[in-house]
Amino acid sequence: MLLDDFLVRAALAGLGVALAAAPLGCLVVWRRMAYFGDATAHAAVLGVALALGFGLSVFTGVLVVALAMALTVSALSGRGQAMDTMLGVLAHSAIAVGLVAVSFLHGVRLDLMAYLFGDILAVGKADLAVIWGGAALVLVLVVWRWQALLTATLSPDLAYASGLDPKREQMVLTVALALVVAVAIKVVGALLIAAMLIVPAAAARPFAATPERMAVMAAVIGGVSALGGLQMSLIFDTPTGPSIVCVAAAIFALSSLAGAIRRTV
Amino acid sequence: MSLVSLKGVSIRMGGHLALSKVDFAIDRGEIVTVVGPNGSGKSTLMRTIIGAIRPTEGTVTPARGLRIGYVPQRLHIEPPLPMNVRRFLSLPRRVSDREAQAALEQVEATGLDNRPMAGLSGGQFQRVLLARALLTRPDLLILDEATQGLDQQGSAAFYRLIEQLRQELGCAVLMVSHELHVVMAASDRVICLNGHVCCEGAPEHVASAPQYRALFGTGTGGALALYRHEHNHSHDAHCDHGHGPAPDPDHDHDHREAS
Repeated sequence: MLLDDFLVRAALAGLGVALAAAPLGCLVVWRRMAYFGDATAHAAVLGVALALGFGLSVFTGVLVVALAMALTVSALSGRGQAMDTMLGVLAHSAIAVGLVAVSFLHGVRLDLMAYLFGDILAVGKADLAVIWGGAALVLVLVVWRWQALLTATLSPDLAYASGLDPKREQMVLTVALALVVAVAIKVVGALLIAAMLIVPAAAARPFAATPERMAVMAAVIGGVSALGGLQMSLIFDTPTGPSIVCVAAAIFALSSLAGAIRRTV
Repeated sequence: MSLVSLKGVSIRMGGHLALSKVDFAIDRGEIVTVVGPNGSGKSTLMRTIIGAIRPTEGTVTPARGLRIGYVPQRLHIEPPLPMNVRRFLSLPRRVSDREAQAALEQVEATGLDNRPMAGLSGGQFQRVLLARALLTRPDLLILDEATQGLDQQGSAAFYRLIEQLRQELGCAVLMVSHELHVVMAASDRVICLNGHVCCEGAPEHVASAPQYRALFGTGTGGALALYRHEHNHSHDAHCDHGHGPAPDPDHDHDHREAS
């Protein structure tokens, strides 16, 4: 069967994450929430530690902790400290606490690198089901709320005037973000999840005239990066997660260059 | 039945009382202008009416199913967000190309469909904001200093457009403005705001009210005279209590008789 090939499973896992991360990544970029994504993703390490400590599935542990982190950030935003300072504190504290928590896990054999940088080649059929299930859920959520999310992103006041509640939309985004983190940790790892959100979206920007086109292009770029990174790691024997992000970064560089040339011509 | 009514609304923001015991209502088809110096709570009042700010005290009661078309004071579109005019018009309700075209015609801004919002001139941008507000088929159109950044001719044209739209669409218009000489003529009612409602009434009443003069000086009197054709009515603008010192009265006696 097709799914018996670990490469096919890896490719499908990468595509699933790319697809879910694309529209969400665009929203993260538009709303200047890049560090928010980072903080949520870094919290995943703590999630892994707790999941293993309490005997839960990694998906559940990561989802719960990422959600808690995202809600904390949402609740704290706009109080006292500047947003980037607070996210810096939370993002790095989360990963530090996570690493310390992992060190308490005696008797559990844990390949920390796999959670920090992903282990896409080890994706099993069950993992694949979780990844595609989560990705589908994220897509449904984002597509369903798309118009409202976009209006609230453009201007909370415009949203209020239209009878929408920007806070509710922010909550939708928060939940979707936690879901993406939970499904992506196996693929690119906690440290690089934010890259899968932001890099394809940023690379799509110079060639998109509407939000939808940017999201679709980000999905395509994310998909190409996933497949290209997989290929690259096979040829050069490099770690797969970082290879995927390298390809995405290269596409971003080319796209920025092309955008700059187009502006000057 | 008013479209929206505020009763005893007070709003405290960060320890500062932005609005104090404001009563306000607007009826179907009415044009109401809110004037007041900077920091007098004009935008706060608008944002309370659209539901963006909850009153600390008092109640805001919108009519059932009230549709508001809101034209904000400013709209900054982040550079990472690609947004052309056509797409912008479809927020939050998706509209057909025909509807979008009709709305752009109404505000005299045709042919902009594929232009990025960020590349529009100030006047075009305001017209597109207005077109989007109209596409929500509003019962109440709210304009918060919608002519900021337009020159005098541009804002005069903009206000003529709004008056004309009110006649075509029959929606109520609530606007905030500094440009009294242009705005007041078109208004059924003017509300002078300075943290509380200083005075309100027909434009002529308010313009001659001492509370209004205390806030704005008499410098705009000359320009207002343009619209004061009859002086034989009684000046019974109902005004309330006293006021602090006038913030920087406008002593520029430039009478813009010709416009």
